[in-house]
Amino acid sequence: MESFLLTDSENIMQFKTNKLSSVIEWGSLLLSTAIVCFFIAVIIWEIFSKGFSVLSWEFTTMVPKEGMTSGGILTPIIGTVLLTLITSAFAVPFGICCAIYLNEYAENTWVTRTIRAAIRNLSGVPSIIYGLFGLALFVQALNFGTSLVAAGLTLGLLSLPYIITTTEEALKRIPNSTREAALAVGATKFETIKDVVIPSAMSGILTGVVLTLSRAAGETAPILFTGAAFYINGSSGYVNQEFMALPYHLYMLSTQHQSIDQVKPIAYGTALVLVIVVFLLNLTAFYIRYKYRKDEN
Amino acid sequence: MNYKSRITLDIVFKVVFKATGYLVLALLGGIFAMLIYNSISFFLDVKPWDFFTGMEWAPTAKSPKYGMLPLIVSTTLVTFGAMLIAIPLGVGTASYIAIYAKPRVKNILKPTIEMLAAIPSVVIGFLGIVFLSPGIADLADLPNGLNALNGAILLAIMALPTIITVAEDAIHAVPNAYKEASYGVGANRWQTLRKVIIPAAAPGVITAIMLGVGRAIGETMTVLMVTGNAALMPTGMFDSVKTMTATIAIEMGEVPYETTHYYALYAIATVLFFMTLFANIVGEFFINRFRKYHAV
Repeated sequence: MESFLLTDSENIMQFKTNKLSSVIEWGSLLLSTAIVCFFIAVIIWEIFSKGFSVLSWEFTTMVPKEGMTSGGILTPIIGTVLLTLITSAFAVPFGICCAIYLNEYAENTWVTRTIRAAIRNLSGVPSIIYGLFGLALFVQALNFGTSLVAAGLTLGLLSLPYIITTTEEALKRIPNSTREAALAVGATKFETIKDVVIPSAMSGILTGVVLTLSRAAGETAPILFTGAAFYINGSSGYVNQEFMALPYHLYMLSTQHQSIDQVKPIAYGTALVLVIVVFLLNLTAFYIRYKYRKDEN
Repeated sequence: MNYKSRITLDIVFKVVFKATGYLVLALLGGIFAMLIYNSISFFLDVKPWDFFTGMEWAPTAKSPKYGMLPLIVSTTLVTFGAMLIAIPLGVGTASYIAIYAKPRVKNILKPTIEMLAAIPSVVIGFLGIVFLSPGIADLADLPNGLNALNGAILLAIMALPTIITVAEDAIHAVPNAYKEASYGVGANRWQTLRKVIIPAAAPGVITAIMLGVGRAIGETMTVLMVTGNAALMPTGMFDSVKTMTATIAIEMGEVPYETTHYYALYAIATVLFFMTLFANIVGEFFINRFRKYHAV
């Protein structure tokens, strides 16, 4: 019986090569993870180490001066805050209403399926195309001109699919028995949604909203032609006028300004402030989620 | 509130909710109509054949040329370069997190990667200018490092969070029974990963890659800032390139409304729209296949 069993020495050889190759190959997985972490570390380090020395109370509370080579970034900060407020004032109610329709009312018809497909496609549309749409619809057709409100609404459209998706996820987690209980004691469908479903899904909805707004606050492409300005004298704040925004300010300082080396420290400072704003919004979202999970248990 | 007004309110809000649902349809329809309308206006002036196959993009020249081939090739080159970097790193990291990492390591890695996704694209582009560009210029002995390679590296970094998250979900969703069966016949962890888990998770991994491709094609600010923006046919990764998104972003601010050049930018946007739509539809096709075979 000449078998296909290996001899002891062959067996050990095979085992060793297997072991060696798996060590190498596991090492490659570890290496790729390490490279990704290295990228992240470099980005964070570069921005924080070089931006931190610029950061001061004056930097965040003074308007840009002398062709933006000195002074602070108060005007772009105000612009970004107002922009995000307009974005949320439009996208949050609209998105939540749409999610309520999809999850609470809509039956599984071809119309509903088309709406869902539209939402998935909208979230894949490049942000520059939203910029073009905002230009055609708000700036030109509705005659808002290049303004804070046109840019805010454009970012609102961009944010819609994300708010709808996250809100629907939150609504889905509410068990049907909760709704049935409210309906059984005589509440109308609208009252059930308003007083029972939405309050119980609130933390999930808020998490999604905050994450979406943090993304919108950092967007540049959609506001390029809908209202962001190179420079505004004094502080902006009128919804029908052009405005300065943090991401656009950073883009402009690093590519369009005539004395780039002179404004580099301000650019680092702007980048740091922008990253801090975005991270704080993300932390808020994590905190809401964390608190909700804790309360649930 | 009396019964009648409660019922009225109920009906009113039912209509409101339904209207918002249909408005979303109108939004996609509106975007589509805008793109098509303006593209048709463009094609009344310029033959589609010249547009898609023209080798020269010079809309402001004395006799304007609207050939978008250099732009398509630039976008493709930068996206392809980004994927060469992002796919091995992303799938490797996703496998590491899904199978190898201990829960504690996992709990640190996942938020760290989400943090990368949160960084605005304009910040990544800024670092490309002040940090990566001098590095590339030194290494390759070029006057500056604003070229396709710079864009590809940055786009890879930006596509990584998407690829890692989606691929990790797919690998994680492979039923345990598959792994146990593989271990049961004596395969080690690596063999199980390569011969069992990755093939089973393949549709999900392809979806992850396609979503990354869609994101890279549509990304504007980073490529606009770091690729140099010379609208010439690129010959390699060290050439300055002008992608489709960057062309729209730069030139839309300067063109007068309703000129051929203006419509041309919408025609580019239409091509861009269909390219990302295609990437997303392919991605969706594979994730549906994945769900069908591995219903958890």
